[in-house]
Amino acid sequence: MILQFIFDVLSLGSLYALFALGLVLIFGILKLVNFAYGELVLVFGYSMFLLGDTPVPWFFMTLIAILMSVLISISTDYIAFRPVREKSITAVLITSFAFATILQNAALLLISPRPKNVPMPSFFSDSIQFLGVITPVRNIISIIVTFICLFIFYQFMKRSHIGLAMRAAATNFNMTRMLGIPANLVITSAFAISGLLAGIGATLWMSKLANVFPGIGLEPLLIAFIATVIGGMRSVQGAVFGGFILAFIDIGFNYLLPQDILKFRDAFTFTFVILILLIRPQGLIGGPATGIRT
Amino acid sequence: MIKLINNDNFYSITFFLVLFLIIYLVNSFVGSTIFERIVTILFVYIILAVGLQIFMGNSGILFFAYIGFMSIGAYSSGLLSMPVKMKGFVLRDLYPFLQTISIDPIIAIIIGGLFTAIIAAILTLPLMRLKDAAAVITSFALLMVIHSIIVGWSAVTNGPRTFFGIPKVTTLELAMIFSFVAVIIGFIFKNSHLGLLLRATRDNDIAADSIGANTVYLRWFAVIISAFLAGIAGGLWGHFITSFSPKSFYLKETFLIISMIVIGGSYTVTGSIFGAILVYVGHEGLRWVEKVMKFSDYITFELVGLTEVVLAIIMIIFLITKPKGLFAFREIGDTIKKKIIKISRT
Repeated sequence: MILQFIFDVLSLGSLYALFALGLVLIFGILKLVNFAYGELVLVFGYSMFLLGDTPVPWFFMTLIAILMSVLISISTDYIAFRPVREKSITAVLITSFAFATILQNAALLLISPRPKNVPMPSFFSDSIQFLGVITPVRNIISIIVTFICLFIFYQFMKRSHIGLAMRAAATNFNMTRMLGIPANLVITSAFAISGLLAGIGATLWMSKLANVFPGIGLEPLLIAFIATVIGGMRSVQGAVFGGFILAFIDIGFNYLLPQDILKFRDAFTFTFVILILLIRPQGLIGGPATGIRT
Repeated sequence: MIKLINNDNFYSITFFLVLFLIIYLVNSFVGSTIFERIVTILFVYIILAVGLQIFMGNSGILFFAYIGFMSIGAYSSGLLSMPVKMKGFVLRDLYPFLQTISIDPIIAIIIGGLFTAIIAAILTLPLMRLKDAAAVITSFALLMVIHSIIVGWSAVTNGPRTFFGIPKVTTLELAMIFSFVAVIIGFIFKNSHLGLLLRATRDNDIAADSIGANTVYLRWFAVIISAFLAGIAGGLWGHFITSFSPKSFYLKETFLIISMIVIGGSYTVTGSIFGAILVYVGHEGLRWVEKVMKFSDYITFELVGLTEVVLAIIMIIFLITKPKGLFAFREIGDTIKKKIIKISRT
């Protein structure tokens, strides 16, 4: 029972952590929530659906779909962020939401309002026994994939020049620019990596849902959003930690709460978000104060 | 009399009184029920936009929870005015003390507004000291909390299902009168002592603090007025549409309202009113195009979502070219006043 619980939290938390990581990269640098972030999952899903009828092998299909979400993520920067970034915070929030609306309604207009199947290899949903716990293969895959991604990401941020520039930009953006780091390059690469992480996260998300519909982006966005706030909105470690905490809370509620209180789960989670921002704005694990534009 | 004419608000308020009367006359001249429906909802949107401008425009804080307050007004006034017979039919698990209440709808709408203001006063006081991203995120979270409670609390709100059976009392005249009162409140607040201090905290909070502006209480006062108008607008809207569900008060609507005041110019009341008119008329116009195309012979597939796509594209282009909106700083009254002075001099 306890092992089952831990396993559930780990597999769900790793997925949440991936989503949160993609969002916190943008937030850390620009101090803006990218409302079009969830639509990257939508882009991934519909790319998979459109490729589903072609003879392309599943693995390459996934690669192309992830590439698509990277491209859309970069175009979010070019269309919604760059032109208004310097002018007004409110304007950026609205343009990013408008961009999300365009993607959602394009799916509605060009494809269908009904859910569409996404091809997934059958071994994803096979169950295996692992340490006495019966679990679908996809849960183990998501834990492994996430830890590989986190490791690569960590090394990238630590050792590459652009990773260093991004960390510097997240600490003090103006200072970084004054030292001669091109702002647009840092931001665009942050969007690219954000798209990559969202694409990988979407693969794991799709392995559970197996279909795609126009409103699919909201839940990943909210998950990433809450996890980011719990983690303090600036540090990468915080976002990962926030993802696992959120999974712990979600699954804990599922195990403990009776059905008629479970309806209010979102209300509890978001009240928790408000309380964190009021009492510990630096997130649960500390770090520098958040949300101030530099 | 001279004092009145020299007042900053006089020209603006007169301008909008005339504008509203013109809209009213055009409507009675056209005499079509569809047109009347559109104009009535337009007036409700003007109340919403002006209400949001009072807090968001003067304090400079993006306020997502606003539409949640509209939903509180709509549900609470609907609950009060719904006939007792309907209550047994729509809300079977309603608490006994609410089951027998059924009051005059217009009083219910006003009580709904006051109730919304009280809820807002309780919920938002601790949030008012936050700024920047933290303020935006908490108000977003507050919207989610309100939405989740409305969806979950089936005994009172009929849960995610449709809430219906509200008497239809909102007429064009009623919406127009409330709308005009909202416009007056908007202008008076903006140019009042408190409004001026609040705008000072928006432009530089540290400097405003140093001259004795209490940022938290100024914002709190503004948010209560905002929520009151949101509640009134919700009540009017509910008593016009007569049936709605929690989906009517969620992200899409939030961004519709916010885009209204950002496109018009959130710093001015004039901007928020014209933003409401432009965005709403654009929205309805595109809906109409969608419908016409659906029944024409040229296009065989359905065009769901066209309105949203076009509106979103226009919004992005607009914000890139005019990020501060149509009426960035100057109210329409100021422009008129200047013109009049110019003419009288020559």
